[in-house]
Amino acid sequence: MNQENKLILDIENLVVRYETEDGVVRALNGVDLQLGYRQTLGLVGETGAGKTTAALAMLRLVPDPPGVVECGRLMIDGRDILNLPSAKMDEVRGKDISMIFQDPMTALNPVFTVGEQIAESLQMHENMDKEASMKRAKEMLELVGIPGSRANEYPHQFSGGMKQRVVIAIALACNPKLLIADEPTTALDVTIQAQVLELMNELKEKYNTSMIMITHDLGIVAEVCDSVAVMYAGRIIEQGTLQDVFEHTMHPYTEGLFNSLPNIKNRTVMLKPIKGLMPDPTSLPEGCAFASRCDYATEACRLRQPELRHAGPTHKYACVAYEQEGFHIKRGKA
Amino acid sequence: MAESLLEVRNLKKYFKTNSGMLHAVDDISFDLQAGRTLGLVGESGCGKSTTGRAILRLIEPTSGQICFEGKDVTKLSRGQMRHVRKDMQIIFQDPFSSLDPKKTIHQIIAEPIRVNRILTNRHEIEDRVLELMETVGLAERLINSYPHELDGGRRQRIGIARALAMQPKLIVCDEPVSALDVSIQAQILNLLKELQQKMHLTYIFITHDLSVVNHFSNEIAVMYLGSIVEKASAEELFLNPIHPYTKALLSAIPVPDLSHKRQRISLKGEITSPVNLPDECRFANRCFECEESCRTGIPKLIEVSPDHFVACFKHGV
Repeated sequence: MNQENKLILDIENLVVRYETEDGVVRALNGVDLQLGYRQTLGLVGETGAGKTTAALAMLRLVPDPPGVVECGRLMIDGRDILNLPSAKMDEVRGKDISMIFQDPMTALNPVFTVGEQIAESLQMHENMDKEASMKRAKEMLELVGIPGSRANEYPHQFSGGMKQRVVIAIALACNPKLLIADEPTTALDVTIQAQVLELMNELKEKYNTSMIMITHDLGIVAEVCDSVAVMYAGRIIEQGTLQDVFEHTMHPYTEGLFNSLPNIKNRTVMLKPIKGLMPDPTSLPEGCAFASRCDYATEACRLRQPELRHAGPTHKYACVAYEQEGFHIKRGKA
Repeated sequence: MAESLLEVRNLKKYFKTNSGMLHAVDDISFDLQAGRTLGLVGESGCGKSTTGRAILRLIEPTSGQICFEGKDVTKLSRGQMRHVRKDMQIIFQDPFSSLDPKKTIHQIIAEPIRVNRILTNRHEIEDRVLELMETVGLAERLINSYPHELDGGRRQRIGIARALAMQPKLIVCDEPVSALDVSIQAQILNLLKELQQKMHLTYIFITHDLSVVNHFSNEIAVMYLGSIVEKASAEELFLNPIHPYTKALLSAIPVPDLSHKRQRISLKGEITSPVNLPDECRFANRCFECEESCRTGIPKLIEVSPDHFVACFKHGV
């Protein structure tokens, strides 16, 4: 087995821009991502960081126009996805890669029963007939904790948490190799969120699925992911194992994210928000996009785009400030 | 003990539905002292927002008393209520839908000042608007902008400035940060805290986010299906939760700390319908400590230790 085959996902230099009448929105500006089999990667960032665009690009679902995708390499399970004709792409989506969307209320079709919606992908990808696929659909429902007898009900008859379970059942029906979950629990209550995360963890183990978990919640990352990539303004600015990023934080933005979260163990700690706002993606600065909000920024930061460099075998960060002798951020260095 | 700014007694709000009475808020009582923050926590449908709105009489309560500075506001006429409402303001969850898209920031913030005739002179109003904008950290140049030109954090600042325009004593904050990104969320939370200290404000802070409420409140009331199931100071509630629902809620918070080990209590099922509730503990169906006796009636909120109240048959005295 050669090196290539050890990765379920291998992306090199992914660039996505939306060419709109109001200017060019630079959504992704050169993203490299590698994911090993059975690994779960957390893709973290705030609104507009490019998380969802990255997921759409992996499925080749970026709307064109206005979207323009440029990419050095996009391999999934050793297969070049980038140059597949769109008819072939239909075979990949739902079979090799599946996606769970943020809002279960709108992800389901209101005029088909949930059973039919699960059966649909089975009929398409597994060549099952109607009867066999409905039988399998009921098994899938049981698997996600919904009685199979409810397969003939419509989405509006289910609660939010139940709908998200249905969406998970659809995504897993064809036993995909890679599952992309885009904020799967953001619309749910905490106790229901806990149930859904538990279910996803369980199923991922059972079926050896690799997963990309898109979220803005570092707590969820700590709970379900093996590694994490932090995104800012269309770039990955820090990446590594959970230990790397949570306990040996390198990038000032990652530090800022942690400081913005209330500390559950010590309620007297003041929140330290990141000042200012995310830059406008139609006019990104020449240098580091975070420089204007960064407490450590130097003149060099504003002039040059930082490159992702290694801090350890698994840990990467993109920050120019470390070129200064003895530079370090405050977090964890007290 | 200081006089309470707000005393809520046996507040109920029922809605008539086709299938029966929906118990949105079912007999809740609490006191709130001036300058303090009460956090109302619970999941969707537990009645926390309805409680907040009923206190301002934006929704008419079915029964109960709401005494604000010793006056029962449920007995006031519309005109009198308008007068009292200057002292009680609200900040809404969604900064996108709670601002009139056809008005400029100046018009939005000036509206309550004009309507209540606090100031009548155009220049005085403008000065006051600018002063309020400065208080909440909005740049002066934005005064003629429209809400759609601004991001969520700035819009929420407008909502806060509008609430402050009346120099209120009490502000009901209904999920003020849940629509915002974490870095912006922290900015708004710090702003609200700062304003509280500067203007001696009293907050009712409604949220589903337990880590935010812990950070922000002096006291926390946990609600489930229209009732308060546990109430204590923030420290006490997090250190020593007693009600099974509170325990489950606390254990469900994802904590961004790898050293955090916990016993996850996972709740079975989902919140039951608040329509035609049976006379038993509302949490019985999902409770992991439930016994036969829990189904014999509705548990009352009992003080189990000083200032720590719990409504549970198994943990009452």
